Amino acid sequence: MVMTAEHETAPPPSDWQPRIVAFLCNWCSYTGADLAGISRIQWDPAVSILRVMCSGRMDPTFVAKAFQLGADGVIISGCHPGDCHYQEGNYKTLRRVHLLRRLVAEFGIEPERVKLVWVSASEGDRWAETANEMAEQIRKLGPLRLAS
Amino acid sequence: MKPKLALYWASSCGGCEIAVLEIKDKILDVDAFFDVAFWPVAVDFKVKDVEAMDDGEIDLCLFNGAIRNSENAEMAELLRRKSKILVAFGSCAYEGCIPALSNTTTREATLRWIYEESPSTVNPDGVRPQLATETPVGTLRLPEFWETVRSLDQVVDVDYYVPGCPPQAHQIWGVLEAVMQILEKGLELPPKGTILGAGDRTCCDECPRERKEKKISGFVRIHQTIPDPDLCLLDQGILCMGPATRSGCGALCVAAGMPCRGCYGPPPNTKDQGTKMISALASVIDSDDPDEIDRILDGILDPVGTFYRFSMAKATLGRVQIHDARAASETAEAHA
Ligand code: SF4
Ligand code: SF4
Ligand code: FES
Repeated sequence: MVMTAEHETAPPPSDWQPRIVAFLCNWCSYTGADLAGISRIQWDPAVSILRVMCSGRMDPTFVAKAFQLGADGVIISGCHPGDCHYQEGNYKTLRRVHLLRRLVAEFGIEPERVKLVWVSASEGDRWAETANEMAEQIRKLGPLRLAS
Repeated sequence: MKPKLALYWASSCGGCEIAVLEIKDKILDVDAFFDVAFWPVAVDFKVKDVEAMDDGEIDLCLFNGAIRNSENAEMAELLRRKSKILVAFGSCAYEGCIPALSNTTTREATLRWIYEESPSTVNPDGVRPQLATETPVGTLRLPEFWETVRSLDQVVDVDYYVPGCPPQAHQIWGVLEAVMQILEKGLELPPKGTILGAGDRTCCDECPRERKEKKISGFVRIHQTIPDPDLCLLDQGILCMGPATRSGCGALCVAAGMPCRGCYGPPPNTKDQGTKMISALASVIDSDDPDEIDRILDGILDPVGTFYRFSMAKATLGRVQIHDARAASETAEAHA
């Protein structure tokens, strides 16, 4: 919650629904989410998927921008360690997200709003679980408002 | 009639003013070409003289300093109105610079430290500056200190930017010379919003040190080591902002053995210096193990202060949100 003088806190409107942006790599996680769809496994509609070729394409700037444009949480999902289509992409992502979460926390934003997971092409159920857990987490945290 | 030039300082250290004089005897060329209409640090014109001018009467205004109180904002608005070309000159006006680091805390915490808690302060009655004070000679007024420090373009419309803390003399002269030519020959100005007096690559591209993109297993601070004089500092585990910083200074600090702190702002096609730096650092850290990565990252003591030392007013994530109950309740009291 924002506590600076220019940004008084206001309770979320009662009809508030979280907005969660998910960056999924093309080769594993997006296919996994697709599988969840084909298998008719439901997941929380608060999560919107953006496909990137590799989780390593996920520039930390995208996450900051998503928050700036109104996202309440961000999921980054890639292939399991060792399985990245481009060999190293997900390891780079791992390091980026660890540092990004520290930065986000220093800005006074809960680091739980940035989630990193590994979901393979065969893990439709795991994707649905991830999305649901994150949606629940963000509902608990409430809306994110950046202090400008 | 000579074109009119104005220089002004808002919330700044004065370094940008000195940097203008670093162009040495070229300042005489500037004086020969321009009529200096307003420059509080050097020439004795008053604000009322500016107020008396026609709108747009000043041809070029170099405005340095961030906007951190109501007076800074009033002067920004006045000089915007009176100037044809308004330049955010130096890092403070461009992106907040050192003054904007106070966006990591609250106004209340800043004032409390300055007027009560700092070791050199004796103020038993807790006297604070007031917006208006009645005295026998009338009401004395002070500007209002803002919660959040702004860059110039967050307050008024800005035509061009000159980065640097401070801008380097050869770049300042380059900009002034170009503007004088444009005004003299009636040439077309560069597109609005252009960053003048800087390069279009990164500090690393200008750096004389050899970069091997080596992987590092820990960070060291500059006073804890004697770096190799020829190798990239980041490769040696020293946090150097070079990869996330615009070229233009000639790699001054790195050539002298100090890591780049990022004063030329984010490189082209990048809006956010901090998230850019995260990408750069993720590439050099030598570990795929989450715990080991965290151990290495513990060596970065102050991520916000390091990555946004000069660009905090422009951080995509905004000012820092303060959850500290004490600061919050006192802020509320101060506003009651
Ligand atoms: S990181 Fe620093 S020392 Fe290394 S090449 Fe870039 S500017 Fe030079
Ligand atoms: S090396 Fe970096 S900090 Fe030093 S003058 Fe250049 S841009 Fe500024
Ligand atoms: S392709 Fe899936 S993480 Fe790189």
